[in-house]
Amino acid sequence: MYDDARLIERNVATMDTKISAKGVDVFYADTHAIKDVNVEIEDKTVTAFIGPSGCGKSTFLRCINRMNDTIDICRVTGDILLDGEDINDKRVDPVQLRAKVGMVFQKPNPFPKSIYDNIAYGPRIHGLAKNKAELDDIVEKSLRRGAIWDEVKDRLDAPGTGLSGGQQQRLCIARAVATEPEVLLMDEPCSALDPIATGQVEELIDELRLNFSVVIVTHSMQQAARVSQKTAFFHLGSLVEYGDTGQIFTNPVDPRTESYITGRIG
Amino acid sequence: MTDATAAAAPTNPAKSSLLAVNDRIRRRNAAEARFKYYGLAAIIVGLLSLVILLTAILSNGIPAFQRTVVQLEVTVTPEEYEAAEGTLFKTKEYEALFVGALSATLENAGIDADLSSDALERLVGKVGNNLRAFYRENEDQLGQPVTFEVPAASRIDRYFKGTLAVENITAENRFIQPADVDVAEAMMEAGLMATVFDWNFITGVDTGVDNPGGAGIGASVLGSFLMMFVVLVLALPIGVAASIYLEEFAPKNRFTDLIEVNISNLAAVPSIVFGILGLAVFIQFMHLPQSAPLVGGLVLTLMTLPTIIIATRASLKAVPPSIRDAALGVGASKMQAVFHHVLPLAAPGILTGTIIGLAQALGETAPLLLIGMVGFVARYPETFMGGLEGPNSALPAQIYNWVSRSDAVFTEKAWGGIIILLVFLLTMNIIAILLRRRFERRW
Repeated sequence: MYDDARLIERNVATMDTKISAKGVDVFYADTHAIKDVNVEIEDKTVTAFIGPSGCGKSTFLRCINRMNDTIDICRVTGDILLDGEDINDKRVDPVQLRAKVGMVFQKPNPFPKSIYDNIAYGPRIHGLAKNKAELDDIVEKSLRRGAIWDEVKDRLDAPGTGLSGGQQQRLCIARAVATEPEVLLMDEPCSALDPIATGQVEELIDELRLNFSVVIVTHSMQQAARVSQKTAFFHLGSLVEYGDTGQIFTNPVDPRTESYITGRIG
Repeated sequence: MTDATAAAAPTNPAKSSLLAVNDRIRRRNAAEARFKYYGLAAIIVGLLSLVILLTAILSNGIPAFQRTVVQLEVTVTPEEYEAAEGTLFKTKEYEALFVGALSATLENAGIDADLSSDALERLVGKVGNNLRAFYRENEDQLGQPVTFEVPAASRIDRYFKGTLAVENITAENRFIQPADVDVAEAMMEAGLMATVFDWNFITGVDTGVDNPGGAGIGASVLGSFLMMFVVLVLALPIGVAASIYLEEFAPKNRFTDLIEVNISNLAAVPSIVFGILGLAVFIQFMHLPQSAPLVGGLVLTLMTLPTIIIATRASLKAVPPSIRDAALGVGASKMQAVFHHVLPLAAPGILTGTIIGLAQALGETAPLLLIGMVGFVARYPETFMGGLEGPNSALPAQIYNWVSRSDAVFTEKAWGGIIILLVFLLTMNIIAILLRRRFERRW
């Protein structure tokens, strides 16, 4: 068990609910991928989704900013509320939603453009900058938040695809925060990175918590334990257990959770 | 029995030396070597046929870029001009003037020749029109000595190019007599005849069957270009728009599957079918002008569209979905994701597909024959629209047209036309390769 002192002591301030999912079901054609998930994700908190491969944690994550809309055969039912507003409402424009709910993907996917353009793209299409100077500011601020500014400040015109894997992922995080989202979704952001880059990204996630509500999907239980305050354990499409990270890792209620974190299933 | 072998096997594994090759491996290696030789043989066969093809085209076609000309100083007085303009067969009179001058020059040069006008007319082609056209443009040159460079008769031309053997020239031949060859040789020596690069072949227009030496391919090159313009303007935007919609926006259902299958089928439809379609729809139903590059372009557009759509869809598909996710993830709309990110990445593939489609259309003959684009075009169109609507020919149709004429010089010109066509196709393919290299990006 993870009877790590830091973990238990970590102070979990009770925050307002940012995202609230009620009875969410997801179907891929005939496959029932997510079964009746209810979860309240808090603001200014890192929430980790853990679970074995194919348990639906990524699918659920993609529901939160409606990325599943792009998959034809995917059907989502149930309510997901962001600040009390139903994101699947007919009046909601997914584009507007995605500006509020940014996403970082498993594989670093910078645009094959310059580092500057990678960051500036979001603010440009959302009209966040009135002029070049403001845009420059946003780019610098975002790159600083992405903890990559010092490494790239001298070569903003270089292509983003020329960076190393870890740098690319931090660039993608910087790109996601450039549009000033309220929630940041991360789908296994470190799975393609080496331990050093992973450490940098984890540190970054901890800093991002101050401004955003972060939801991270991870395969690594150590990572979940290190970065998150809340943890949700998914198994076979159901949300098995959800609670404070310390409690999940030290004193899980459900036997399946215990089996998973001790390595018996998954 | 079985027990014994089963027990013996693990304790006695067949020891084999790395240095000894066993039969199985030897057979496998032999099969691999054989396959390599088959591949090599296939490539050699391919290369050989290419070499044969190119040799045939070049050896037959290069002479088309040269012509034998008669260079002669002629003085036409204003009185002679007036007299010639006053007659019914004006070019005939000019021809007589030229032949007269030629006869005088030959006599002065001491060339022993039959100076009768019939004999001299066998040496030069139909020159009357050249003279008349010159003097009508430049009346101030009347009375002055002017050096004319007119094409020699087609048999003389062929004699100097080596495609007409002396043995085959008999006294019964109406077009050339054995003595003419000697006169021509003497004129060549005296500088009255020369072999020059034939710019007229590249820039000129088609001529009647009686003047094969003067025929040029310029007008049909223009016709081909006008058609390519129509194809580019119509097929590229329609094709790209259709593929973007199908690939990025359309729901995937039976109906779109059906469309997809039909587009692939369209690409395999024989081009002559498009020709009949063009004849029926554009000319008979819509009453567009016959033989016009506009109609030719429309028909070729129909033919090129599937090629462009298939190439565009393939290159759109090749753009990794992570790029779309990235764009959508920062809040781009679907259209923004496509136009800002996917399309630029797919552009090299789209360009290549378009150019290959155009090259295919450039070499297409059958549909053009059906819509009558084998028109005889004696002059260049004056305006762009006139060029689109007026009758014209196209490179391959012109080549087809020339081959079917009897004079051997036309056959030679057809080969020359093939060289020009191949040069254009090669250029387009090189452009396609360069563009692909230039814009290819990695992600």
